[in-house]
Amino acid sequence: MAMKKFGTAAALLAATMLSSVTVAHADGTVKVGVLQSLSGTMAISEVPLEDAELLAIDQINASGGLLGKQIVPVEEDGASDPSTFAQKATKLIEEDGVVTVFGGWTSSSRKAMLPVFQRFHNLLWYPVQFEGNECSPNIMYSGAQPNQQALPALTWAEQKGYKSYFLLGSDYVYPRTANLILKKHIAHDGMTLAGEEYVPLGGTDFSSIIAEIQQSKPDIIINTLNGDSNVSFFKQMAAAGMTPDKLPVMSFSIAEPEAKAMGPSLLAGSFTSWNYFESLPGPTNAAFVAAYKAKFGADSVVDDPMVHGYADVYVWAAAVKKAGTFAPLKVRDAAVELAAQDTPLGGVGFAANQSMYQTGYIGELQPDGQFKIVWTSPGLIQPVPYDPLTFPGKVCKIPH
Amino acid sequence: MTFQKKYIFAAAAILFGALAPFIINPYELSLLGRFLALSILAMGIMLTWGEAGILSLGQGVFFGLGGYALAMHLKLEGLNLANGDMPDFMVWSGVSALPGFWYPFANPYFSLACVVIVPGAFAAAFSWLVFRRRVGGVYFALITQALALAFSTLLISQQAYTGGFNGLTDYSTMFGIDITTEYAARYIYWITFLFVVAVYFFLRWLLASRYGVMLRATRDGENRVRFLGHDPVPYKVVAFGIAGALAGIGGALFTLHAGVVSPALVGVVPSIEMVVWVAVGGRNILWGAIAGTLLVNFAKDQISSAFPSLWLYGLGALFILAVSFLPAGIAGLFRPGSGEERVMRRILSRRKLSTAE
Amino acid sequence: MHESAFLLGQVFNGFSVASLFILAALGLALSFGLMRVINMAHGEMLMLGGYLAYMTLQIVPGPLGILVAMPVAFVGAGIVGGFLEFAVIHRLSARPLDTLLATWGVSLVLQQAARNMFGAIGVEVTAPTWLNHTVSIHSGFLSGLDLPDTRIFILIVAAIVLGLIAALLNKTRLGLYVRAVNQDRPTAAAMGVNARLIDLAVFALGTGVAGLAGVILALLGPVTPTVGQSYIVPAFLVVILGGLGSLVGTTIASLIIGLFTALIEIFVDVSVAQVLLLVFVILFIQIRPQGVITVRTRALEG
Repeated sequence: MAMKKFGTAAALLAATMLSSVTVAHADGTVKVGVLQSLSGTMAISEVPLEDAELLAIDQINASGGLLGKQIVPVEEDGASDPSTFAQKATKLIEEDGVVTVFGGWTSSSRKAMLPVFQRFHNLLWYPVQFEGNECSPNIMYSGAQPNQQALPALTWAEQKGYKSYFLLGSDYVYPRTANLILKKHIAHDGMTLAGEEYVPLGGTDFSSIIAEIQQSKPDIIINTLNGDSNVSFFKQMAAAGMTPDKLPVMSFSIAEPEAKAMGPSLLAGSFTSWNYFESLPGPTNAAFVAAYKAKFGADSVVDDPMVHGYADVYVWAAAVKKAGTFAPLKVRDAAVELAAQDTPLGGVGFAANQSMYQTGYIGELQPDGQFKIVWTSPGLIQPVPYDPLTFPGKVCKIPH
Repeated sequence: MTFQKKYIFAAAAILFGALAPFIINPYELSLLGRFLALSILAMGIMLTWGEAGILSLGQGVFFGLGGYALAMHLKLEGLNLANGDMPDFMVWSGVSALPGFWYPFANPYFSLACVVIVPGAFAAAFSWLVFRRRVGGVYFALITQALALAFSTLLISQQAYTGGFNGLTDYSTMFGIDITTEYAARYIYWITFLFVVAVYFFLRWLLASRYGVMLRATRDGENRVRFLGHDPVPYKVVAFGIAGALAGIGGALFTLHAGVVSPALVGVVPSIEMVVWVAVGGRNILWGAIAGTLLVNFAKDQISSAFPSLWLYGLGALFILAVSFLPAGIAGLFRPGSGEERVMRRILSRRKLSTAE
Repeated sequence: MHESAFLLGQVFNGFSVASLFILAALGLALSFGLMRVINMAHGEMLMLGGYLAYMTLQIVPGPLGILVAMPVAFVGAGIVGGFLEFAVIHRLSARPLDTLLATWGVSLVLQQAARNMFGAIGVEVTAPTWLNHTVSIHSGFLSGLDLPDTRIFILIVAAIVLGLIAALLNKTRLGLYVRAVNQDRPTAAAMGVNARLIDLAVFALGTGVAGLAGVILALLGPVTPTVGQSYIVPAFLVVILGGLGSLVGTTIASLIIGLFTALIEIFVDVSVAQVLLLVFVILFIQIRPQGVITVRTRALEG
């Protein structure tokens, strides 16, 4: 096999691919991809997120579409499996010719899709808080960077006077990386680390860890457990007599739907850190919550990732209008130049590093399942993908 | 099916497989390539489960070992190790220097050898430990399931060395060639297809040999084999080792197609899904394993997006129906000769049961 | 807290985890001993018990709801299990590996059914307030040791269930038949024991115990469609270690696994403990391939 031939053919193919995907359809519609897990373990979180994304698309279509075209969402199932995400992303871009894709939840799904979007020069809008340490010109990161969720929580806790921290998480990427960053800051700020423990994803037994917590007597637990493990943890803590009002717990993955399912009585008084709560004031949020409840039932609840997904669609639409085209990379360049957009999150937008600048909030869970906002960051927090204390010298610069 | 028809059918299948890059579009080709890679693993399951009577619910482990062995090399290619370069995930997991066991994987040939040897040797050693104490059957199935759970948990927890839950992804070149292009995808497909054909004929030969006869004898009456003076353990261990190596090859090829290897493919649930491909296709017929893999995976691709809840009911029903009513799988429907034999065997086993009552 | 109190606390935790394993694995071990089949849908019987507890608490709220939920879950899961035996397992009983796969299919269907009926995110079962206390020791070398009531309650339930089943097997006519079929099926059948009915009864009993275990698990963890999956692999390991369908074997194996994990977790994290547990089981079968208790049987294969 001649290497030279290989290379030329590859370049040719890439060139034709590039020109074919960015063309909007002539029939007055334009396709966008919506790629979430509709089956598998992540469906539980991703189906409501997809609902929110589709709601935004519907609303934009109802108000006349975009550049005179109706937006057609093409839905695919990532099946909670990274390789399926990569496969479906390829399909959306190559077969359906979508101009952009909204989707992903786990970092593993995003990591698997990243090369696909880079290869096809397309754009992914990723709506979930994550561990940072990534900087791709083909992804718009709207979920919180560590300095927009984890570090504000630490700042709040230090202001409350907590000195001793116990870090507890599920054994996977986000908790390990978030805790790596937190540990650096805990040491840097002169606080003490009471302990650090991980349970496998889906772990149900906390008896040993609770014994360790009893022994090390921390002032607060920083909880990065995922999903059902939270239920086991809080139930077993309650059984051991340590309810959130006696030993504060700050959680990073419990939002309104989880609180509703686990029973607010179990969690009442525990804290979480997000960039959005359903209880946020403001007409834009009120309108969004009303529209969502009108469509999905009065007892449905919304949370931070859903609202990021919803806001992503609107920011994309604004960027398309500004750019005057659907071409993914032109839209991206327009998106980072846009002024702050009015979304249910408040006024937010994308910084030059393609992550969202937004406000940090600490909420305290109330018995009715809603969060009372007890702390607000002083102003918008600029996104920092690489924590300078933990990863000195690394910065995210994307040329536009 | 007459003999002639059989050969015409086989020739048509091989011809289609070889020419597929010119017939179907690139996306369909990427799907076919992935599923063919999986079918190499499925042929290994056919060897152990169908021919040796060893049910493994942990083939994902060996699939993962093969996939990771290759992916480790792909992550290192293009890095300047002498300069202290490391894969990105290690940097943000707080690792200060590349762990020692990663170094040899910088060599592509070492890595390719590991794709076959590591899962093969591990499967052989693991099964030897279990079989030598005459533990088998249901026990073995349960132990392999525990292995799948332990292995995926370990992969996820050792983030600094394995990439954790995210797995290993974002590779660009192998042997200096850009593997992400459409053009390279064709060659990767052809390599996969070649492996499928080669493994198919290798296993046909193996099963027709004296070894194959002994393997089936072990399956049908392990104690009788012992009474006749043979030790059944080496036969079973070799079969399981080969199946492990095949799973590793499948895993490596799948990783090339998918561009990612992650713990999502090695755990309990994916491992048992692998068995259903073979159950549907036919556990005693080699081409059934390939057909079953392609059929179930294409069906999953089509159904799971449109009707995710229906897919899970469908998968459950497939398990129940395939093993209850169609133990020879769809391939059995095309082989009436063996079907009769199987009916006979079923009558016999039922009689054994009724005397037991 | 004293080191000795911490260590003793871990031993107590080991017993507490072991008692969960006993309840989760008992039914599995009983029917495995009798029929040599493994029911992969056993975890879903735990799940069913959890949902039955949820529904019972909707009807009978209040402090004693949980005591009502236990018999309800026992009967409910027993009926479903009986049907499962009749419809699937009995048909395949000559092919244990196929039974395993077919019951895995059943487990997928049951999980999806729960998802469609109750939602993927799970339901809330709260422990009654009378269980929300701890027995604390404040003086002596064990000072600082806290024993949650919930865990003591679970230990007591496990002990009662074990006692009742032991009495059933050893003191009643049904138990005599079960032991007879367990030891020598053809001879027992020849003596007029209806082995078919014994299979059904034991299977239903075993799934009933799993249902009851589901109620207990709901006190300590979530009730979701996939909750059974978290307990099923350790339950299988208990069956492997315990030997063929022996009550004593299952109990000892549960204790070994419970104590092993609780004590090893002092030194390593939970993920590594899981791997070491598997290594331990594999080493164990090098020494005692038949499990801790060997039931004498005339069967050659199996």
